[in-house]
Amino acid sequence: MTATDVRPEAPEAPPQGKDKPVRVLSFSQNLSRWDLKVSPYLYISPFFIMFAVVGLFPIAYTAVISFMEWDLVRNSGEFIGFDQYIWILQNPQFWTALRNTFSIFLLSSVPQLVFAIFIAAMLDKNIRAKTFWRTSVLLPYVMAPVAVALIFSNMFGDNHGLVNNVLTDLGLTPIPWHKDPFWSHVAIATMVNFRWTGYNALILLAAMQAVPRDYYEAATVDGAGAFRQFWSITLPSLRPTLIFVIITSTIGGLQIFDEPSQFDNTGQGGAAQQWLTITLFLYNIGWREWNFGRAAALAWILFLIILVIGLINLLVTRRLVRDEGGRGVSLSRKKGPRR
Amino acid sequence: MNARAFRRSAVAIAAFSASAVVLAGCASGNNNDAGGEDGEITLTVATFNDFGYTDELLQEYMDEHPNVTVEHTRAAESGDARSNFFAKLGKGGLADIEAVEIDWFAEAMQYSDMLAEAPDSVKGRWLDWKEAAATDADGRLVGFGTDIGPQGVCYRSELFAAAGLPSDPEGVAQLFDGDWENFLDVADQYKAATGKPMIDSANSVLQGIMNQVEYTYTEEDGAVIATENPEVQAAYELVAERAVPNSAYSGQWSDDWFASMANGEFAAMLCPGWMLGVIEGNAPDTTDWNIADVFPNGGGNWGGSYLTVPADGDNVEAALELADWLTAPEQQMKAFGNAGTFPSQIEALESQELADATNAYFQDAPVGEILSTRAEAVTVAPFKDENYFKYHDALQNAVIRVFDGVEDQETSWNTWVAEVEAF
Repeated sequence: MTATDVRPEAPEAPPQGKDKPVRVLSFSQNLSRWDLKVSPYLYISPFFIMFAVVGLFPIAYTAVISFMEWDLVRNSGEFIGFDQYIWILQNPQFWTALRNTFSIFLLSSVPQLVFAIFIAAMLDKNIRAKTFWRTSVLLPYVMAPVAVALIFSNMFGDNHGLVNNVLTDLGLTPIPWHKDPFWSHVAIATMVNFRWTGYNALILLAAMQAVPRDYYEAATVDGAGAFRQFWSITLPSLRPTLIFVIITSTIGGLQIFDEPSQFDNTGQGGAAQQWLTITLFLYNIGWREWNFGRAAALAWILFLIILVIGLINLLVTRRLVRDEGGRGVSLSRKKGPRR
Repeated sequence: MNARAFRRSAVAIAAFSASAVVLAGCASGNNNDAGGEDGEITLTVATFNDFGYTDELLQEYMDEHPNVTVEHTRAAESGDARSNFFAKLGKGGLADIEAVEIDWFAEAMQYSDMLAEAPDSVKGRWLDWKEAAATDADGRLVGFGTDIGPQGVCYRSELFAAAGLPSDPEGVAQLFDGDWENFLDVADQYKAATGKPMIDSANSVLQGIMNQVEYTYTEEDGAVIATENPEVQAAYELVAERAVPNSAYSGQWSDDWFASMANGEFAAMLCPGWMLGVIEGNAPDTTDWNIADVFPNGGGNWGGSYLTVPADGDNVEAALELADWLTAPEQQMKAFGNAGTFPSQIEALESQELADATNAYFQDAPVGEILSTRAEAVTVAPFKDENYFKYHDALQNAVIRVFDGVEDQETSWNTWVAEVEAF
């Protein structure tokens, strides 16, 4: 691209600059000028080429398929317009799935963040064997989600589950884990919390570590107690990080799949769609009924929902972060995989 | 490419083609029976669960056909095989022989033109309905039947005796001889005596009834009759009213259900041949399981698989020959011995070996004889098109909702109707 493109420009150099060095060095100078301009793009291009192939293409292809009655095996389809979007929006199961998704998301994110902040605050203290504690916190995250789900679905068995066995031994009524939507959401949220609390705690811990220790010293001198210090120094400093954690867990929460699909042996979200989530619904349409057109349409609806909520998050974030006035507690705002 | 490099590669190519010619020559010298005139071939066979195709069995074939190497891969469960099958069908990458479970066989039959046709010589090997299900609208037979699932009734003799019911197989067979109403009457009796449900799951009763109905959710011309079909409604009502209170679980295959086989939560279950292994595996220390030669309302088949040969494979001819061999009565009897997969071949069903087969765990019950009788009692081959399981799943969910008390019988039926209309 560069070398041949550059050459024709060389003769143009003399008329403009009458300086001798420019003329003599014109080619290599041009080259370095181009180097300066083009190279950065070349350096970052691998990601964007990869992104185009494995990111953009599937997204666009999904959009195309979502307008077609698609036959996966014969790899052919018939254009049917917005029919499948309409089918999904009219399907009560979709709305149930949307309700469940938000319910599970709230039941998992809120307690998760509270616990994560608490754990991070504890780890931020000057305790012995720091690394050990910090590693232990991340252990649940390392476990495969399917393994976690297997263990927990055993605990939340209706008849012989650990939790219900304990409850009946105590003379209490067993909880209908697989019948009542609310309780099934609690059970699934528990799996999610088990896995992600430690991960969030570590992110928050990193942010806490960046809070200048002088603040705490000054506060101690001023006579502020541990709780007051936490409330007036730690929490406000955590705000940008908290927003990051909230956004990532929103995106993750809206795509929750492993835990609900492992919650019973059929993985279809329950007989009355008690714990059917949007991605689970998508999977059922796509891989159980082989209706890839509808699944693609649902994927796009989910994409739009996440986009809208992401935008709302972003607006809120901007507002709140501007309040921070450029304080340097932003090191943890890196992208990371989330649920 | 410079001259030297060119010369070098030319030599290499020449050497390679010379050896290829020699190899091909050798191969065609000692082989012409496997359809592989082009020399050594490798056939891949993909199954799931346990078809009983042991290394020894496949080695037998390789001994008879020295130019053939058979490679066998097993998916853990049929769902994995299903995903793989449809993701690769028509695109290449499937094994030379692919096993297809009856549950999704109708879906596969939609693409019967992509499957190789079985030779005429094998026709008539199987029970009529088994073969008919694998024959497409153009009359092409595209599936080699492996096993079938004729059902008897498995029961726990001690629990039956404790409930004051007959406990010997003959007595139980007489007890259950009759229709589904009678079956559920006995369940009522059992419950009255013990306070416990007799049946393992409500949905297995639904499955048992529906497998005796020829047209359930759709007709052959594709017309959907699901919600208006009086037989479906009657089955649902019978199950919701009478099987639900008499069942320990709404459906099968949950952890709780597996555990319940040993702890006496229920005393009887509908029992296809392959279920014997499931019971034995989950209740190894329970000693009173037995099987009775009876099934409510006649016979019923539950399950069974086929071998298919994708038409775009590299060795279609040889693969057909292997599929032919694997599903021949002699080999099917060996598979039955290996994994308990009950044969679907007429000749195997009539063999003395099958007649003599017993099962030590089930108190030495003559399972070969019992299941043969059960297979003969099957009169209806339900019409299951590619949408069958979508409808059936939804109806099973309706039963589960009633069982769980989430919705009452009528509401749950209406929910089902609404769901079906949304399909």
